[in-house]
Amino acid sequence: MEYFLELFFSGLTRGSIYALIALGYTMVYGIIQLINFAHGEIYMIGAFVALIVAGVCTIYGLSGFAILILAAAIAAVYAAAYGYTLEKIAYRPLRGSPRLSPLISAIGMSIFLQNYVLLAQTPDFLPFPRLIPDFAFMDDVAHIIGSPELVILVTTLITMVLLTLLIKKTRVGKAMRATQQDLNMARLVGINVDRVISLTFVIGSVLAAIGGVLVASYIGQVSFYIGFLAGIKAFTAAVLGGIGSIPGAVLGGLIIGWSESFAAGYISSDYEDVLTFVLLVVILIVRPAGILGKVRKQKV
Amino acid sequence: MKRMVVLCVSFVLCLAVTGVSAETIKLGVAGPHSGDLAPYGIPTMRAAQLVVKQINEQGGVLGKQVELLIQDDQCNPNIATNVATRLVSDGAHVVLGHICSGATRAALGTYREAKIPVMSPSATNPPLTQSGEYPNFFRTIASDDMQAKLAVDYALNSLGVKKVAVLHDRGDYGRGFAEFAKQALDEKEIEVVLFEGITPGAMDYSSIIQRVRREGADSLIFGGYHPEASKLVTQLERRRVDAVFISDDGVKDESFLNVAGSAAEGAYMTGPKDLSALPLNKAAVDAFQAAYGAEPGAFFQEGYAAALALLNAVQKAGSTDYDAVVNALRTEYVETPVGLIKFDEKGDAEGVGFSMFKVENGTFVEMQ
Amino acid sequence: MLQDFKQSLVVSLWFVFLTFPLLVVRVNTIENVVVWRWSNILWVAIGSFVLSYFWRFLLLRRNRRQKQAEEGIASYGPLQAALDNILLRNRAMAVLLVLALIFPLIFDTYQTNIMVTALIFVVLGLGLNIGVGLAGLLDLGYVAFFGVGAYSYAILNYYFDLGFWIVLPIGGILGCLFGIVLGFPILRLRGDYLAIVTLGFGMIFKVMMENWETLSLGPSGIANIDRPGFFGVQMSLAQSTTYIYYIMIALVVLTIIVTNRLKNSRVGRAWIALREDEIACVAMGIDMARTKLSAYALGAFWAGIVGVIFAAKTTFINPASFTFMESAIILSIVVLGGMGSILGVILGAFILVLLPEYLRAFSEYRMLVFGAAMVLMMIFRPQGLISNLRQIYQYKGTKDKTAHD
Repeated sequence: MEYFLELFFSGLTRGSIYALIALGYTMVYGIIQLINFAHGEIYMIGAFVALIVAGVCTIYGLSGFAILILAAAIAAVYAAAYGYTLEKIAYRPLRGSPRLSPLISAIGMSIFLQNYVLLAQTPDFLPFPRLIPDFAFMDDVAHIIGSPELVILVTTLITMVLLTLLIKKTRVGKAMRATQQDLNMARLVGINVDRVISLTFVIGSVLAAIGGVLVASYIGQVSFYIGFLAGIKAFTAAVLGGIGSIPGAVLGGLIIGWSESFAAGYISSDYEDVLTFVLLVVILIVRPAGILGKVRKQKV
Repeated sequence: MKRMVVLCVSFVLCLAVTGVSAETIKLGVAGPHSGDLAPYGIPTMRAAQLVVKQINEQGGVLGKQVELLIQDDQCNPNIATNVATRLVSDGAHVVLGHICSGATRAALGTYREAKIPVMSPSATNPPLTQSGEYPNFFRTIASDDMQAKLAVDYALNSLGVKKVAVLHDRGDYGRGFAEFAKQALDEKEIEVVLFEGITPGAMDYSSIIQRVRREGADSLIFGGYHPEASKLVTQLERRRVDAVFISDDGVKDESFLNVAGSAAEGAYMTGPKDLSALPLNKAAVDAFQAAYGAEPGAFFQEGYAAALALLNAVQKAGSTDYDAVVNALRTEYVETPVGLIKFDEKGDAEGVGFSMFKVENGTFVEMQ
Repeated sequence: MLQDFKQSLVVSLWFVFLTFPLLVVRVNTIENVVVWRWSNILWVAIGSFVLSYFWRFLLLRRNRRQKQAEEGIASYGPLQAALDNILLRNRAMAVLLVLALIFPLIFDTYQTNIMVTALIFVVLGLGLNIGVGLAGLLDLGYVAFFGVGAYSYAILNYYFDLGFWIVLPIGGILGCLFGIVLGFPILRLRGDYLAIVTLGFGMIFKVMMENWETLSLGPSGIANIDRPGFFGVQMSLAQSTTYIYYIMIALVVLTIIVTNRLKNSRVGRAWIALREDEIACVAMGIDMARTKLSAYALGAFWAGIVGVIFAAKTTFINPASFTFMESAIILSIVVLGGMGSILGVILGAFILVLLPEYLRAFSEYRMLVFGAAMVLMMIFRPQGLISNLRQIYQYKGTKDKTAHD
């Protein structure tokens, strides 16, 4: 039972990070039907900026939890700025062109951003300071769920609640939902669609940056390459849960986190990736629009 | 069509630039110089540049200047074969490289057919020399099975391990090491409770660490590189798993100490013998520091040694003739930063060895 | 004027802000040193200021052209016009063919070798073009079929010592079979769901090859694969490279002919119709499952065949040669060249394979330029290098005949 719990929490931690990144994919997709392949790089840039801020702060004598908050805040601002610029440069000029063009543009952007960070910083792995302290009250259960995991879970939970409130309760959220339902109709009723799209990118990027900072301080290292695999996994999560659906992205992230964790724990870590994708195929065959995705009836 | 014409013309121009100049000894250098594996390739490239600069200042080899042909293979087997063809057609006489075992293996066939001696400072895959398929291949580093055997012997005799979990990163190098370790453990009839691959670059490895604990392993042997190793030791510490971490040469890197920090304490790994006391070694490192103002990186000494050995062999052979050079490599001893070496029939350097290291107080300490 | 200046100023300030932490600050957390690279700010500021002018100019020009196109003013580029001229086209093709045939005689082995790689990607691009360009099935795991071909030759050669020419069709057929087997479950999926599932297949293939040690020799790969034989003649490296080059030329010509014929065939029209509107297509009585599967399987067939040649060319393969990056590059070839257009795909393959090869000089910046080029290309030429023009059939009158009468 204890072993099960260990795996359960490992999967939950991993899954909640996937969920944070997957939200960015799913929100962007929901509005402009674009797979933002460069989203994983935003996550990476968030982690990198946090590393730099934390590094500078440590050198100038700050310490502890304060750095984590500061680093996360600045990382979020920068990730948002990158997300905004990304949309403006690589996707906005492509609105209305064939479906595949923005996808290729996104792949190009992903390659570009990776190499930009590689050249501007380093091709090597950098150590990320351990900003999450080990809480004393967690000591007895540290082998099941450690302090960093707890921080990750709590942060993710808070973020999700805030996001839900933003989308359900605010005016902006309403505009976003309207745009998602029908972009042209939204424009007709006077919603500034361009701004809503930019905002979606900004929100998605902030979420990714939060994920990036959490992961980096959890595993203690950052490199220019970490965005790729995380991005693909998160994207899979978004599709699994039903792309376009926000609760779906969270559910998808958790399912993938758990399936990886239990596969590694009970079967073999050799095949954890295979299992993830087999699961995806099976679910998509049963429910072609993902678990929580709505099948849009096609009108002729 | 205009564009095609322009394209064609620009090709021709490209070709024209790479003219052929005679009367130099051409030393090809191939390895990853860009991308994520560049830190493994650049030190060797710089080593070659330092060696060649020094030799040219002293009058060159056989009275000719040495020219470097540097090519980037990104550790990609497909690019490596292109690079090999490029070096062959540019007329390289001897080649220093490649860095990664996979890329080396892909490129070797090409060099073999062109009759060019190749020496790698870092490709540790055993079959490269032991299969006997590549008589033109030499290396200045010991092979993986030696490392694995050393690690296992040390774990059994000095650490007294009973239950071992073996993990690897599914790569050529890591899996090879893990498999040799498992073989050695099986021979000694030590229980291997876990033998599995992990995905390099995955977010975390906590599930597999939980499994290590559940199987009750008292030691974890890992085949792979330092990024994964530092994640593993960090999680071992965080999850309070009490297992000794034993790994390979790919982990013995400054980055491992920096990234893993306190979690790295008490980890064991194999690595080339500490030779910093050798005068030539010291001179090489000093030359590097004078030129670049930094610590030389991975495989610098091996690369330096390989460049010296190759050029020395050309000198001793009196020509760049393949048979003569290969013969000189096998018979003539040469003083290098990794010791006084010559090469055996298969191409492994005699007198190059590994020892065990332990992380103590943030540095690697050689175990006797 | 002033407006422009202001705008560019804002852009350049924005980019200074954006690149500040990554380009200017470099922390060394081990020695606790911060390196401030202030000079980079200047470069970023100047660079983005100048580039923003270009950016606006190019966007403006693009929009003007689009408008013209909408208003029906034919904006045929000279290239497109030349392509329409059949006489010119035939001549150009003849010249190109001759150039292709004498290429290895003029250039050295290295150039020929690179050219073989480029040609391999031409065939891959043309194969994927059937699925993506014609039938509109987005496939992000195409490299798996390429891998199936390569591994089938490597394995059959390693265990059974089968020769290149025997395995060549086998590789194609195996690729085709895999295409059908994988195609079945995903027929119901559309668009981006298809993309992620195919991506998954690509990754599964790689993991299987890494783990299925007894079959594929695991991550260390299979080495010493035989080069293609020619009636038992012993060949040197240069000769066999040239030989493979000619095999590739033959294959490319064959692929071009076949895909060109397919494009204008009954099934080709069905693909295009399916791409344009699935529902209308099914309503017209086209068997969707069969049509989609045939596109998928045919694409996989070419990948399988060319995979065999790839294995024979490099004489070494390992799972690392078949990553998502390869799939992405093949897809870029198709989109960059111009979806559905054969000539475009060929050009795209040459550019994407040869550009990084000749950009070696800038080795560090190569991938950066590559990524940026992909983005710019999509923005300023979204239809690809050569857009796929629908064939127009025109009644040219019977002037000739009446003259004879």
